[in-house]
Amino acid sequence: MDEILEILQKDARITPQEIAKMTKGKLSDVKKKIRRYEKEGLILGYKAIINKEVVEVKGSEVRALIEVKVAPQKDLGFDKVAERIYSFPEVVSCYLLSGGYDLLLVVEGKDLKTVARFVAEKLSPMEHVRGTVTHFLLKKYKEDGINLKSKDEDKRLAISY
Amino acid sequence: MKKNIVSNVVQNMKPSGIRAFFDLVLGMKDVISLGVGEPDFVTPWHIRESSIYSIEEGYTSYTSNKGLVKLRTYIAQDLKKRFGLDYDLNDEILVTVGVSEGVDVAMRALLNPGEKVLICSPCYVSYGPMVELAGGVPRYISLTEKEGFKLTPKLLEKNITPDVKAIMLNYPGNPTGVSYTKKELKDLCKIIVKKDLLVISDEVYGDLTYDFNHTAFPTLINARERTVYLNGFSKTYAMTGWRVGYVCGPKEIIAAMTKIHQYTIMCAPIMSQMAACEALSGSRKPIDEMIHEYHRRREFVVDRLNEMGLKCHKPQGAFYAFPSIKSCGLTSVDFASKLLKEKRVAVVPGTAFGPEGEGFIRISYASSFDHLKEAFDRMEEFINNRCR
Repeated sequence: MDEILEILQKDARITPQEIAKMTKGKLSDVKKKIRRYEKEGLILGYKAIINKEVVEVKGSEVRALIEVKVAPQKDLGFDKVAERIYSFPEVVSCYLLSGGYDLLLVVEGKDLKTVARFVAEKLSPMEHVRGTVTHFLLKKYKEDGINLKSKDEDKRLAISY
Repeated sequence: MKKNIVSNVVQNMKPSGIRAFFDLVLGMKDVISLGVGEPDFVTPWHIRESSIYSIEEGYTSYTSNKGLVKLRTYIAQDLKKRFGLDYDLNDEILVTVGVSEGVDVAMRALLNPGEKVLICSPCYVSYGPMVELAGGVPRYISLTEKEGFKLTPKLLEKNITPDVKAIMLNYPGNPTGVSYTKKELKDLCKIIVKKDLLVISDEVYGDLTYDFNHTAFPTLINARERTVYLNGFSKTYAMTGWRVGYVCGPKEIIAAMTKIHQYTIMCAPIMSQMAACEALSGSRKPIDEMIHEYHRRREFVVDRLNEMGLKCHKPQGAFYAFPSIKSCGLTSVDFASKLLKEKRVAVVPGTAFGPEGEGFIRISYASSFDHLKEAFDRMEEFINNRCR
């Protein structure tokens, strides 16, 4: 991966000026590259990672992992059905997997009922969907490489030789 | 009670001139510190985990004086792989309680009363006192900013007299971050061989070298038989608190050092040795990521310092920058004290590392990027108010 992408993936707030310093590159080149990455869709967006274990998001929020068994369609495989499913805004992530079932969804709703209704009314009755298993998430420990417990304090002495 | 309770040697040891400043920092809250001489990373989890496991398994005993055979085997393999060095794990490697113990025991094993040891200054604080405690006499070689704080062959030759027995090297070095290319080391080594000096080479920052490959001193021609090679796990593997390092050298010297080590220390703690085994045999990924991160910070730090008017040579290794504060017209201690009180940023006055450090401060970039940015913004304000 390009070093600029590596740096931004770690911390998107680092400015092009700072990246230029870190990589010994020209500011104009860094800016140009970032613009290109954005245009070409290598960089899709920038956002803060919020610890929802700590922050109360408006109303509460419920997450579920849903296994979906799908009958593949001729010529289309799973893609068309997947698209129909992931187009619902409730679906945060959607993966095609090998193994006992086909699609794994991450679904978010404001409460248990909302998610249950989504499964009962939207997902299960859908053509080609053969069955679903819903797992409600109880606690998050780590997400996208980040430990979700409160930050450790620096245990070092403030000054040493 | 007898009058002289404390021995003459200890009485004559100079107390650190900046202890008061250190106490000031430690007593203050909400300080952003660029004064820390250890990595800001916690020991990688796979290393911690393996040590916890070893304790659960009941590894709580002494080990052989020289250290676990398993650890010495890994050390020998690692040195072979990285530098092509051949050290016999049976009688040429000794596991120590950090490099600090290695330096101490080396000096005691090598020095007779009054024999001189060359030490470059500014330097890490304990080399001189270790020499004195061993009965030797430190002779400091003053390094200058003009030469980029490097020891040159000319400077070396000038300082060698018949009563000099050994030279203490430390590269990449604390506090300047200076290191040497193979060519530079070869030139120094020729003189060292010609004058028949012993070498104690502290290469604990060796893995943190950015512009060229690190050259281990004993790989140079005719150097192995006269070199005590010191290394440890503190810096590379972020394992400062484990206190584990090692010494490699010719049989005769290692046997002498082992004698002292067995009476004073017995052995390095077994849980730390087990952790060190995992450090050498486990995944390199977190280590490489740390090194990469230091490298990026270095570029940022040096640029930022020069921009704000603190002239700074580019350090080739470690995680220190050593900028000049002469443009401010303050002494190092004044600069550091005022910066601390006015902006709550801690740095170490250059004089902590010898009189040659006057007019300089040591900045450690073993600090998160967020902290570095904030600290430099505050320093820039300070300089704009104070020094312009």
